[in-house]
Amino acid sequence: MIAGRYGRYGGQYVPETLMSALIELEETYARVSADPEFARRLSWYLHEYAGRETPLTYCGNLSRDLGCRVYLKREDLLHGGAHKLNNTLGQALMAKFMGKRRLIAETGAGQHGVATAIAGAALGLPVEVYMGEVDTRRQALNVFRMELLGARVVPVASGTRTLKDAINAAMRDWVANLRETHYLLGSCVGPHPFPRIVRDFQSVIGEEARRQILEREGRLPDTVVACVGGGSNAIGIFYPFVNDDVALVGVEAGGEGLESGRHGASLSAGSIGVFQGALSYLLQDGDGQALETHSVAAGLDHPSVGPEHAMLKDSGRVRYEAVTDAEALHAFRHLSRTEGIIPALESAHAVAYALRAADDLDRDGILVINLSGRGDKDVADVASLHGGAA
Amino acid sequence: MSRIRALFARKNPAFIGFTVAGDPGIEASFRAAAAMVDAGVDLLEIALPYSDPVADGPVIERAHVRALRAGTTPDDAFALVRRVREYAPLLPIVLFTYYNIIYHRGTDRFFADAAAAGADGVLVVDLPAEESGEVAPSALRHGIDRIALIAPTTSAERQHAILRGASGFVYLISLEGVTGERDRLPPNLAGLVGTVREKTDLPIAVGFGVSRPEHVAAVVEAGANGVIVGSALVRAIEEHVGDEAGMQDALRTAVRSLRGGLVPRSRT
Repeated sequence: MIAGRYGRYGGQYVPETLMSALIELEETYARVSADPEFARRLSWYLHEYAGRETPLTYCGNLSRDLGCRVYLKREDLLHGGAHKLNNTLGQALMAKFMGKRRLIAETGAGQHGVATAIAGAALGLPVEVYMGEVDTRRQALNVFRMELLGARVVPVASGTRTLKDAINAAMRDWVANLRETHYLLGSCVGPHPFPRIVRDFQSVIGEEARRQILEREGRLPDTVVACVGGGSNAIGIFYPFVNDDVALVGVEAGGEGLESGRHGASLSAGSIGVFQGALSYLLQDGDGQALETHSVAAGLDHPSVGPEHAMLKDSGRVRYEAVTDAEALHAFRHLSRTEGIIPALESAHAVAYALRAADDLDRDGILVINLSGRGDKDVADVASLHGGAA
Repeated sequence: MSRIRALFARKNPAFIGFTVAGDPGIEASFRAAAAMVDAGVDLLEIALPYSDPVADGPVIERAHVRALRAGTTPDDAFALVRRVREYAPLLPIVLFTYYNIIYHRGTDRFFADAAAAGADGVLVVDLPAEESGEVAPSALRHGIDRIALIAPTTSAERQHAILRGASGFVYLISLEGVTGERDRLPPNLAGLVGTVREKTDLPIAVGFGVSRPEHVAAVVEAGANGVIVGSALVRAIEEHVGDEAGMQDALRTAVRSLRGGLVPRSRT
């Protein structure tokens, strides 16, 4: 495999204006990866500041429900309420090592924006976050949190006014300001070396989960499930299990159903294309234009997916499924009531798959679900979808 | 001799205009192109509209959106090129595109269609030298020049690698950023043109940020062989959507005014 490629996927499909920044990033990443001082400082931030390791919670009620042993990897308990902080602390620290003075980011659901704002505040770097205008409205609470943390939120009114337009706006800012600015990409997407950097910083999830399940059960799980938008929480928990005999299932946003055309399931229903810097699966029309997407979970509402997932799909190593908005909303309420844990709508997709697949699971089987974030941010949204009734 | 080489042999410096195919509508787009040609554009860059034009600033992005909303497809863009080719047989035409349009159509089919429509060159804005092996053989096979992009941040080693595969002319980006009008151009433009000049015999055209006659003059002063204007012309279209006669007038006025900055080098 050549650098920056996952099979045929990945690459660096960017304007020449960005190449110097990507080359600098690649060199810096190689340097900090080998630097014990970087590792020491990142480890301090992850453990003393962010609250790692996160628990692997055995869910007795859900286990009785599903007829197998169910564990949740509790990224919802990480500081900030989602797995995103693993990556933002890593990249913000890397930006410091590069001598950058400013962070920019883009966000859909707001979790990555909040995590970047936290990392920026902790490390003393000013933060600007691009966010689609539609998303600023449906995630107003997270906009307030980012501002409280000292970040500036820039609403993006172009295109579909959602995540993909926020990414375009952030890339434009980066092109214009790359000498002093680090673009803190929030998922395992975009041009090389971003997919690799994000995967490495998120792999802490899978490394912990693997060790924890061995301690608790004395063996590896049968199945690991995670939701996939861009795919960073999924690649983070999958990667340390890739060479094991463990079934890995990525769950995409089926929206109103794959046949409706209103969804965000690029691996299940897309085709191969180049989008925002990488070759991967993409929801596109017959001329190669990216399509509008839909998901009840803003964080999954994106037309493409990380290139490593594209390779894992083709090789058959990971199975990708889609669940609908309705299934995710049902899982959102179900987990809340059975275990007292309100999941992020994104994570509820992974829970929904487990509910649907319960019949196929062995009674002694061990299922690990990555609970990538908590649902506080979604509570108002879900309430309004149901006229205020839970 | 190719139309691009013939142009720079006869007109130096050359004035290069940019338009998005199908902006603001498919028919109006042809009339806009014709107005620009009538007013003295020496080479026309025609962009294929794309849903996510990340290298472009807000003015050109809105043009992509208008063109897509008007239903413009790559086939429509090729048809526009064919019409402009018939209207101006000697005019060099360069297609400006994002890579997914090529990838999705099939690389060889794309270049065959471009050649059949009468395009002379193709500039793929998000395909750096590292990835351009994917299009080089098709461009060569169909006799299409591959216009190279060089940025102010491009290292000397990369300049060499980029220029090895380039033909037609070099598109030198004047500043760090996306397309769009600016108050002034960077002060080191002559130095930038000079470093590229040492490495290639190809004509060098400067774009990004050029929007006033004095910018055009500064680009010529810096030693460039061509000057590229995009956003300022696209803005003339945007300000006259729904008023075709006004749009054509505005484009002719803009081209003539900007061309005023084009003092031939022999006189500087």
